[in-house]
Amino acid sequence: MTAEPELVTHAKLRMLEMADGRMALITLDNGADHRKPNTFGVGGISSIETAIDAALATDGIIALAITGKPYSFAAGADLTAIATLTSYDDALAVGAQGHRVFRKLQDSPVPTFAFLNGAALGGGLEIALHCHYRTISSGVPALALPECFLGLVPGWGGTQLLPRLIGIGAAARVIIENPLSQNRMLKGPQAFKLGIADAMFEPADFLEQSLAWAADVAADRTSVPRRPLDSEAEWNATIDAAREQVEARMHGAAPAPYRALDLLVAARTSSLDDGFAAEDAALAELIMSEELRASLYAFDLVRRRAKRPPHAPDRALARPVTKVGVVGAGLMASQLALLFAQRLEVPVVMTDVDEARLQTGLQSVRDQIGEQVGRGRYTVDQGNKLSALVSGSVDKAAFADADFVLEAVFEDLAVKARVFAELESIVSERCVLATNTSSLSVTDMAAALQHPERVVGFHFFNPVAVMPLLEIARTTATDDATYATAFAIGQKLKKTCVPVADAPAFVVNRLLTRLFGEVMRAIDEGADFEVADRALEPLGLPMSPLTLIGFTGTAVTLHVAESLAAAYPERFYVSPNLRRVVAAGKTSILTWVGGDPVVDPTVAALYERPDNTGIEGPEILRRASEALCDEVRRLLADGVVADVQDVDLCLLTGAGFPFHLGGIAPYLDRTGLSGIERLLPPGVASLP
Amino acid sequence: MCAGALTAVTSVASAIGVGAYDVAIAGGVEHMGRHPMGEGADPNPRLLAERLVDPSALVMGQTAENLHDHFPAISKARCDEFSAVSQQRTQAAYDDGVIAPMLVPVATWSDEGYGLATRDEPPRPGTTKEALATLKTPFRPHGQVTAGNSAGLTDGATGCIIAAEDVAAELGLPVAMRLIGFAFAGVDPELVGAGPIPSTEKALARNGLRMDDIGAIEIHEAFAVQVLAFLDHFGIDADDSRVNPYGGAIAVGHPLAASGVRQMMHLAHRFAERPDTRYGLTAMCVGLGMGATVIWENPAYDGASA
Repeated sequence: MTAEPELVTHAKLRMLEMADGRMALITLDNGADHRKPNTFGVGGISSIETAIDAALATDGIIALAITGKPYSFAAGADLTAIATLTSYDDALAVGAQGHRVFRKLQDSPVPTFAFLNGAALGGGLEIALHCHYRTISSGVPALALPECFLGLVPGWGGTQLLPRLIGIGAAARVIIENPLSQNRMLKGPQAFKLGIADAMFEPADFLEQSLAWAADVAADRTSVPRRPLDSEAEWNATIDAAREQVEARMHGAAPAPYRALDLLVAARTSSLDDGFAAEDAALAELIMSEELRASLYAFDLVRRRAKRPPHAPDRALARPVTKVGVVGAGLMASQLALLFAQRLEVPVVMTDVDEARLQTGLQSVRDQIGEQVGRGRYTVDQGNKLSALVSGSVDKAAFADADFVLEAVFEDLAVKARVFAELESIVSERCVLATNTSSLSVTDMAAALQHPERVVGFHFFNPVAVMPLLEIARTTATDDATYATAFAIGQKLKKTCVPVADAPAFVVNRLLTRLFGEVMRAIDEGADFEVADRALEPLGLPMSPLTLIGFTGTAVTLHVAESLAAAYPERFYVSPNLRRVVAAGKTSILTWVGGDPVVDPTVAALYERPDNTGIEGPEILRRASEALCDEVRRLLADGVVADVQDVDLCLLTGAGFPFHLGGIAPYLDRTGLSGIERLLPPGVASLP
Repeated sequence: MCAGALTAVTSVASAIGVGAYDVAIAGGVEHMGRHPMGEGADPNPRLLAERLVDPSALVMGQTAENLHDHFPAISKARCDEFSAVSQQRTQAAYDDGVIAPMLVPVATWSDEGYGLATRDEPPRPGTTKEALATLKTPFRPHGQVTAGNSAGLTDGATGCIIAAEDVAAELGLPVAMRLIGFAFAGVDPELVGAGPIPSTEKALARNGLRMDDIGAIEIHEAFAVQVLAFLDHFGIDADDSRVNPYGGAIAVGHPLAASGVRQMMHLAHRFAERPDTRYGLTAMCVGLGMGATVIWENPAYDGASA
């Protein structure tokens, strides 16, 4: 990470003449509009200190209040600065400075207030927690302590103050559970309900109402009750439950949530001095951890590189798309049709050779729309509009005026090539033909066409509505306009579009297949199923290999493995046992008993392999990681992606790889698996 | 436009009169910083191409200078004196706590951060007629209209509730004033400031009243010369206690579409203070050639003669 100069959030102090007397109001303002929220770096905290000191030195003020610039309270610590810290002592100073300054709000002889007028995240919420009272706007879009999501802990008082304010149960949700659940955040009314704020007002006159309320509190015309400290028993029970959740999810793979738990344990009985000192120490350790550096790198990839991909085609070359075709009406095709209708707002036609299947597909789209209308995401009229946009036909002639047709039919090269040939006789010359294949060669699919330059790979991840990644694959024949058009559509679909070259299984499936192939190989060699399935736990992946195979289906898993093995027989392993499982019609190796996955005994019985040969987890992890590292290098050497950052972005957004791995390259570098020739230079996603 | 809030009031009141509404909110908001003034205006080209109006009719300050031509008896000195009094009356009204209850505090945003506006910004307490005499006359060389004897540019918003009398009773609404009648009248656009004279004559006549019956007058202060033209016409002294007792737009400014209801608030306060007053009026000129007058009755009137 390169050091950028701090965009200083200035604390602007003004004295307001109220009916009861003077109130000091500090506005946090970095001078940019709401798209660049206020953040706290060394300069910002220092400005806050100056303002607090000046306010409290003013005679006769009735209260001191802090609010944010329009639409933004504060989004917490300046992360770009944190990524450049090089010593434990410097890291310790970050926490200590915040504690020392924010604490002045607690120790103030006049009542202090935070008026949460906009998003309040991390340190932004923590400064508010130091105030005696808080109001919140019902329009606040996001309030959270997302530190654990990034690999940090709330280090400016959050772990000590929040559980005392709202109870240990709610605090554990905000500090641990929400960040680990795709970084879920609270909206204003939810935060108010949890007791984080004492009063809530509408956005239109939020500040006016907050000032009037604060004046009432300062003059004892309004009182604010505070809850008693939760009992030791409740405290311990909550922590135990939270620890179990963290363990189930992290398997010790990243330290932050464990440190947050320890801080929450201490919060019940520690003095604030001790509690804040413990926060400082935990924060400093985490700031100086490889996991955090990888996280910040990953965060930057999904926030910035995902939105502005450096190797994207020229947007100006993209052709307008006013109608989309989807070949197929299966589960994936219906999800895609809905997504196109929602995001592009153009007619979408689905076709299938089978009228009954077509109707089922269309019904599935309408059901999904109806469900979203039911949840209030769309009005009835918007639902009607979407339903009307999606139509179906058994005759592909319905694609005649489409600008973009995506095939999502059975994974068979001959079938797909035939579909494209048929489409070419119907659509206009400029129509882009795209394939959602997961592992077949796009080049081969286009080979027999009159216009192979119009073909592009457009690979989504399941479930389409949830997974951000879209691998957009270009063959050597694909022309610039086709590629730019596909890219523009992908971006309109709000997907993380990564440009890839046509190569078997592109990036994510190729890497996962190689990784999981080693697990399958170990099982075939006689490793205990459970030992093998748990071997990758130290990586902290969202799902174990056998769980994911159950989710994807054994047949698809086998198909992808076979495709890759056909291309790279020396590296990719096709398990003969998996073939038997598929042949027996078993879709999963695991089965669920009372919510817990166990190996399906009927599947285990199909396996032909040596008796338990005692291959242990660490050995499997070593083999799998080495294989993964090898495959990453080959992806780069083959030019499937331009940069290793693309590999990481794909794994983060297409396979849910955790931030603390940084995708995968930072992990491979820091564990030494990548050897002397690192994948990323030191300091980019690691400690300098 | 100048009579936005006033017209909103007469419009919803008319609708209530024919039974279309029970209760309505009437008011207006104006951001004078965004309002096209003078050269920034984009009038219908017919106005000038076909000489429908004199070019000066589009610049309100020039119409005020025209009023001096039309009423030579109104001197700059009289205007400055009236303006100084307006400032003094507004200051006294603030000091006496008359104004604060009429205002809603509004948060303000600037480079200095958030603030809270709890009073009008334009008033210049301590203004003297001697100081006013030294100001420039931007609308005419050696003219008579200055920034000091005109309404200032400011932002503002007002609102009021207009209800049918029986509905107000049913809902238990506190009634501040009863609308008796109103009238609009057209005048030459280049003499727009004279507009309230015919509109008031008309409103009085249509309701069987004479100026002597009116115990409280809120005459809009677009320009001091326009106020004095009105008062001279009706033979009322400039320092008559019935006229703008809490000052007017020369002190607090004129956010065009908001001013009509601001006048009503002043009148309502006056009514509450003076149960011996039965009738009052609010009147204003309307840029490009109209006057508007509304006549109100005091619900607190106790029958004692003033």
